[in-house]
Amino acid sequence: MTDEKKSTSEWPLWEVFIRSKAGLDHKHAGSLHAADAAMAIENARDTYTRRMEGVSIWVVESKYIHASNPDESGALFEPANDKIYRHPTFYDLPDEVKHM
Amino acid sequence: MEGNPNNEIPNTKMKNALLNYTLSLADNASVMSHRLGEWCGHGPVLEQDIALTNISLDDIGQARSLYQYAAEQLNNMPTTEKTNLFSDMMLNAKIAAGENLDEDDLAYLRDAWDYRSLLLVEQPNKDWAYTIARSFYYDAFMQLFYKGLQNSKDDRLKGIAEKSLKEVTYHLRWSSEWIIRLGDGTDESHQKIQTAINDLWMYTGEMFKMTDTDKAMAVAGIGVDLAGLHKDWLNNIKNIFTQATLQLPTDIWMQDGGKEGHHSEHLGYILADMQFLQRTYPGLDW
Repeated sequence: MTDEKKSTSEWPLWEVFIRSKAGLDHKHAGSLHAADAAMAIENARDTYTRRMEGVSIWVVESKYIHASNPDESGALFEPANDKIYRHPTFYDLPDEVKHM
Repeated sequence: MEGNPNNEIPNTKMKNALLNYTLSLADNASVMSHRLGEWCGHGPVLEQDIALTNISLDDIGQARSLYQYAAEQLNNMPTTEKTNLFSDMMLNAKIAAGENLDEDDLAYLRDAWDYRSLLLVEQPNKDWAYTIARSFYYDAFMQLFYKGLQNSKDDRLKGIAEKSLKEVTYHLRWSSEWIIRLGDGTDESHQKIQTAINDLWMYTGEMFKMTDTDKAMAVAGIGVDLAGLHKDWLNNIKNIFTQATLQLPTDIWMQDGGKEGHHSEHLGYILADMQFLQRTYPGLDW
């Protein structure tokens, strides 16, 4: 089946984000097919929250996600490798400061 | 237990009515669950396969709670009162031997004429449209029913109703959306769902028909006035059909009998599937 045919006969792909409990971030849980946003949320409920994984669902059609190019990962991410001073590990912390 | 309304049920007749009522609700959930479970691995898309089996598992959960309650009622009855309640030999042998019954005995060892489920729920899956139409009629009814049963004077039924209402509210949302999608979809989907809602229409009257058991339970404040639910049910499904551009069926003739054990041949096949193992290897566990 060509991509063009596929896109007219199959439901679009959606990315699903689940918040596991109040106060936490929505995290990517996976993807699924659905005809529209309402069905995507229901399908996400049935597919990704069956074991009490979530209290809130976000869905976004996959085509709206823009991703970085893996071929460019060298240029994008490697320059950070030798910048250890960007980690806050060079400060002397007083003992009184907890949870750092 | 002091204060438990079950102990206030005065006589054998009322005890039998409560038992039949509980079994009838359990059988609906169990047969519906089985029908939806038949889709497992055959759903039109993976996501809907999972949706159906989720709903099926909700129904199994409801059936279990209700069968457990029915088994407790039976176990609390003196043997003399329960020797002739069922027609099945294996079940009656257990009762005669004074054995305590459990949920599995009631699901697997009662034959079709002891099943008190609606004719609607045993109707075959056929295709997606029939499956959706059957669920929609049933879910729209059960949502109203469980709302009513939340006011039951029987604590157990009240508790089961409260838990189940949340489940069935989702089931109804799911089946309603499918009715709208198919009705307001393509010409083919519209025609298929219209045919399905027309064909299953004649099994909807039974949901509101009150048997002697239903009447006794409603009068006692334990059960729900089924006839009283009809108007709301009709309004609710009309509303969805309008959104779906579907015609409300107009046939007046209704088929009933399931609640009194008069079933179509379909239930026999379902029970053969469900009960084969327990009947061939009694007590088999896994």
